[in-house]
Amino acid sequence: MKPLIKKLVESYGPSGHEDQIRDLIRGEIKGLADYVTVDPLGNLIAVIKKKSKSGRKVMLAAHMDEIGVMVTHVDSKGFARFVPIGGVYATTCLGGRVRFADGTLGVIGIEDRKINSPSLDQMFIDVGATGVGDCPVRVGDAAGFYRPFEEVGSRLVAKSMDDRIGCAVLVEVMRALKRTPHEVQFAFTVQEEVGTRGAGPSAFGLEPDLALAVDVTLTGDTPKANKMAVSLGAGAAIKVRDSGMLADPRIVALLEQRAAEARLPAQREVLEGGSTDARSIQIARAGVPAGCVSIPCRHIHTPSEMVDLRDVEGAVSLILQTLEKPIEL
Amino acid sequence: MARKPAKPAKPAKLKKPAKQSAKPRKAAPAPATPQEEASLELLRKLSETVAVSGDEGPVRRLILETIKDLADEVKVDTLGNVFAIKPGPARAPRVMVAAHMDEVGFMIVGVDGDGLLKFEAVGGLDDRILLGKPVWIGESKVPGVIGMKPIHLVKNAERESVVKIDSLRIDVGATSRDSAGRLVRPGDRATFATPFTYLGPTARGKALDNRAGCATLVEILRGARSAYPVELICAFTVQEEVGLRGARVAGFAAKPDAAIVLDTTQANDLPAPDEEDENFKYNTRLGQGPAIYTQDGSTLHDRRLIKHLTAIAESKGIPYQFRQPGGGGTDAGAIQRTRAGVPTVSVSTPARYIHSPGALMSIDDYRNAARLVRAALENWDGKVLRR
Repeated sequence: MKPLIKKLVESYGPSGHEDQIRDLIRGEIKGLADYVTVDPLGNLIAVIKKKSKSGRKVMLAAHMDEIGVMVTHVDSKGFARFVPIGGVYATTCLGGRVRFADGTLGVIGIEDRKINSPSLDQMFIDVGATGVGDCPVRVGDAAGFYRPFEEVGSRLVAKSMDDRIGCAVLVEVMRALKRTPHEVQFAFTVQEEVGTRGAGPSAFGLEPDLALAVDVTLTGDTPKANKMAVSLGAGAAIKVRDSGMLADPRIVALLEQRAAEARLPAQREVLEGGSTDARSIQIARAGVPAGCVSIPCRHIHTPSEMVDLRDVEGAVSLILQTLEKPIEL
Repeated sequence: MARKPAKPAKPAKLKKPAKQSAKPRKAAPAPATPQEEASLELLRKLSETVAVSGDEGPVRRLILETIKDLADEVKVDTLGNVFAIKPGPARAPRVMVAAHMDEVGFMIVGVDGDGLLKFEAVGGLDDRILLGKPVWIGESKVPGVIGMKPIHLVKNAERESVVKIDSLRIDVGATSRDSAGRLVRPGDRATFATPFTYLGPTARGKALDNRAGCATLVEILRGARSAYPVELICAFTVQEEVGLRGARVAGFAAKPDAAIVLDTTQANDLPAPDEEDENFKYNTRLGQGPAIYTQDGSTLHDRRLIKHLTAIAESKGIPYQFRQPGGGGTDAGAIQRTRAGVPTVSVSTPARYIHSPGALMSIDDYRNAARLVRAALENWDGKVLRR
């Protein structure tokens, strides 16, 4: 699974600019679904049709987009001012590198290095230009953070584990899924990081009977972390609630039961800040029972997001277990 | 606010700067064709109409009267959105063009015993700009003024603080609750009382946000039915200023394949306070052309539609600028998320001092917004939405 993860996390795709990552995933899932489409907002949809009358329509969503920055102004000396796309922290930007759609690389600098709590307003992107004339970027161009994929023991580190790791889980599930009574709708969604904007419309189009988002979640296992009963390496997390949604208790129970049957380590997740695509899917049309299989992740929304490969593989197994058996809510 | 008069940023696109007379002029700056004169006359009427969010009746009536012969079908929906439809050729893509017709303003919430009116803001208004401003209340424009203590009585400490809207009252010259009640009732809407006028190459008026977009949309409807290879669904929406509420249902009803939202956005193009600095947060610049959006607080605008607009502008020689990515938003935020999703882009006419008594807008930018969107619609084909 690691070569797939490396490809996905090193790809470019800030929210609203998902063309490259969508093409990459489309190539990876070729031949694995009965049909593949791209919906009006750019969500990539792959559907495996129902094999049994008793089967349900199960939607699995992972977002393709990543946080990034967008150029607001190129000054007379060729430096680009920018705003965030999604939740970008100023503390993780300084000295960081960003990459634009065409490969142009930029370094994030600051007006005064001695500022204690810097804001993005005081920062700029240095693309090596000397003026407006030779600056390769212009207002409205978007960049993602740039950092290679690395392995640290059983942990994997990269930018945009949030949520390319979810995309990797979905691709892996498609590859490993042998038989299922259900219609399985894989949605690789857009614009999650700016407010779960892609997932709601995709669910409107798919009309699922139930849905699972697959996304990263915070952990409580680092120094002075907020109290949270999720640790890296302790298995996939089954979401009970986050600040945007309450998981359907029947889905929580179903996932816990399937994990127990297969002797898969799993942990319950109660997330105090943040949400996922499940939030928007749950309230699409007349409502969709929704839950989440989460991948514990440290250092979220920094260019070095860390997951444990065992949790990732556990998430794949848990979803396969759930899809291969009948679902009664 | 600025210490020296604003430098109009490169008015390159303006033909000779119009000579400014001491008196505000009623007539539009020359040169204007009869149709341009008519368009600006409509803008004047739209700007001077009192129609705050939730009470769009007066502006809706004006628009309905203006467009009655310009579309094959005109209808008003449950919330008060106006739809005007021009069917295109068979199987033509459905393109929605939307502009909100409501404006920010005030709502009268009570009449005091002395005949003074308590009021609240509707939409985003800054308490600091309210003191002493003349207002119009209701469709009949009952004149009033937001009362204030004359400077003779203001203590030094009071000058340092902002008077909150809760402690302000509108004075309509009534002397008792009864006499005020004959003029105004709780729930009536009010706006700043600003006649529309021309200042050099710019227009000044209240509610240019977004009556400029409404007037542009009327211009688009004036295009011949055969001019557009699309099914054109024009929507004049309600309640944008209180949270994009009208557009949400308008987008659902229209079921468009793509949408263009026409709005008005701030031009904060005054020099930076420190003259050594470059102003890098201007949002847009007056006179630089209509502003195409890339990212705002509620929308990542569709890349394909941005490309279509910029390509058309460049091929037709229509000036344009990008609105700086950042906060704020337009009806696009609601429309793009209706049903299974709608590719959406916004185009705004830049204006200084919006949400205040007197916004300033370049006449050229206004004309070019209509030119740009008309050209984009006239040249619509299957390639626009191709991925």
